[in-house]
Amino acid sequence: MFEIRIHSRGGQGGVTAARLLAMAALHDGKYATACPFYGAERRGAPIVSFVRIDDKPIKVYSQIRQPDMVVVLDTSVMDVVDVLHGLKKGGRIFINSAGKREFAGFECRNVDLTGIALRENLVVSGSPILNTPVLGALASMGIITAESGKRAIREMFSDERNVKAAEAAYKEMSA
Amino acid sequence: MKKIATGNKTVAEAVKQAAPTVVAAYPITPQTEIVEQIAEFVTSGQMPSRYIAVESEHSAMAACIGASITGVRTFTATSSHGLLYMHEMTNWAAGARLPIVMANVNRSLGPGWNIWAEHTDALQERDTGWLQVYVSSVQEAYDATLMAFRIAEHNNVLLPVMVNLDGFLLSHIMQPVDTVELGDFIPAIHLPHAIDPRHPAGYGTLTGPDQQFRFRWDIERSMRDSVKVIEETEKEFARRFGRKYGFTEDYRCEDAEVIVVAMGTLGKEAEVAIDLLRNEGIKAGSMRLRWLRPFPKLNLKGKQVVIIDRDYSFGRGGILATEIMAQTKEEVYSVIAGLGGQEVTYDDIAGFVRTRRMGEEFWFGVNAHV
Repeated sequence: MFEIRIHSRGGQGGVTAARLLAMAALHDGKYATACPFYGAERRGAPIVSFVRIDDKPIKVYSQIRQPDMVVVLDTSVMDVVDVLHGLKKGGRIFINSAGKREFAGFECRNVDLTGIALRENLVVSGSPILNTPVLGALASMGIITAESGKRAIREMFSDERNVKAAEAAYKEMSA
Repeated sequence: MKKIATGNKTVAEAVKQAAPTVVAAYPITPQTEIVEQIAEFVTSGQMPSRYIAVESEHSAMAACIGASITGVRTFTATSSHGLLYMHEMTNWAAGARLPIVMANVNRSLGPGWNIWAEHTDALQERDTGWLQVYVSSVQEAYDATLMAFRIAEHNNVLLPVMVNLDGFLLSHIMQPVDTVELGDFIPAIHLPHAIDPRHPAGYGTLTGPDQQFRFRWDIERSMRDSVKVIEETEKEFARRFGRKYGFTEDYRCEDAEVIVVAMGTLGKEAEVAIDLLRNEGIKAGSMRLRWLRPFPKLNLKGKQVVIIDRDYSFGRGGILATEIMAQTKEEVYSVIAGLGGQEVTYDDIAGFVRTRRMGEEFWFGVNAHV
């Protein structure tokens, strides 16, 4: 089982990212569950959501304590939350950031999803959309296939800019 | 068709397919998404139902009763305090022999103000005459909701059915779900004692001591008959759609020396604990109780039984443990865990089995044996 924890802020689409990731995994022929952690959430507050992907049906409902991977959609949560908490030795990290970051003992990748969203004009109510381009980044890291990622995005959003942004993130990561 | 959806949206999808004539409901966390989705289906013309927005859960059940007595299919959904607010009317629904279907998203009762999973809400409705089923996945929530209509409306039953799903753990989780082409799986409803509003008549006269017991006995007879109807319905569901269900879901029980009994998501997560214990050489199995009413005959002979209750009856004990101890003479270790959404992992469940103290009650988190 591959377990992913997504860090974001309320309203940034972390829960939708988790859902899209689960949909893409399903299209890859795998089993997946996506769950938000529901606490006293509000817009702008740091939140986490979880995704489990496996080759067999998933029976676990308790929260992920030792993820295989951590996804950070907003680096500002790193000032207030230990995003590496419980991450497995040698675990993978993806950070939405233009600058490269290193964490000893972990494999960290990054791409500027915010910049991509702005460039693709993928902006809603003044906020750049991160939850669709992040699928491109994760496809590049081999978590899902690019085809399934695009299919999941198209099932949920009719605006093709979402797919274009995901493709751009995939390309930048793979370059 | 396979898709990814939350437990709430999936229940709404099942209700859309069952197409009740009337849905009357009031929103409450963590159930709200069910009735929101149904309201949207109705407004957008995808459901031919009449959606009655009411001012309280008591009214929601009362409206379902009023509709159901005219012989039409009805549905409502609630949770926690909403269910308790219905309590007077839930008794009436069963007593009037109305096959109303309700989804209850299991949630703790206040105070403290807590919106997370617990089974005490539904268990306080245990003696009302409602059939109760507890599910453990989004797929099962969908399947059980479809079957609930067929079971409730069967002429040998004619009692309401409550489908229970764990708050957040199932209501808000997103899982793959395979929806079906329903066909004629749920036959047209026929209520033999339906009132025809075009031919008004007087009802509700006083029922004296020489009659009331007959109505009570009649409910119990139908409750007993419902066992066969449930079995037949689940068999027919498996035949048509390929997914099998039973009164319990047994996992590695055959040669087990110790069996974990639990309901809902805890009962499913227990299977992971069983695999861990088996790898350590402990002969353990799990039995997930699906139907609480009618209560099935459990095969626990010769086993040590570890019962996990996500509920409690103060001054007596875990409600599931109490029910099972009334049925079997086998040794029981009663674990109280998961109250108010308390996190319980498969490691914790394996721990309950490893350190079990038969005959005792254990409060997880408080770590007190009593």
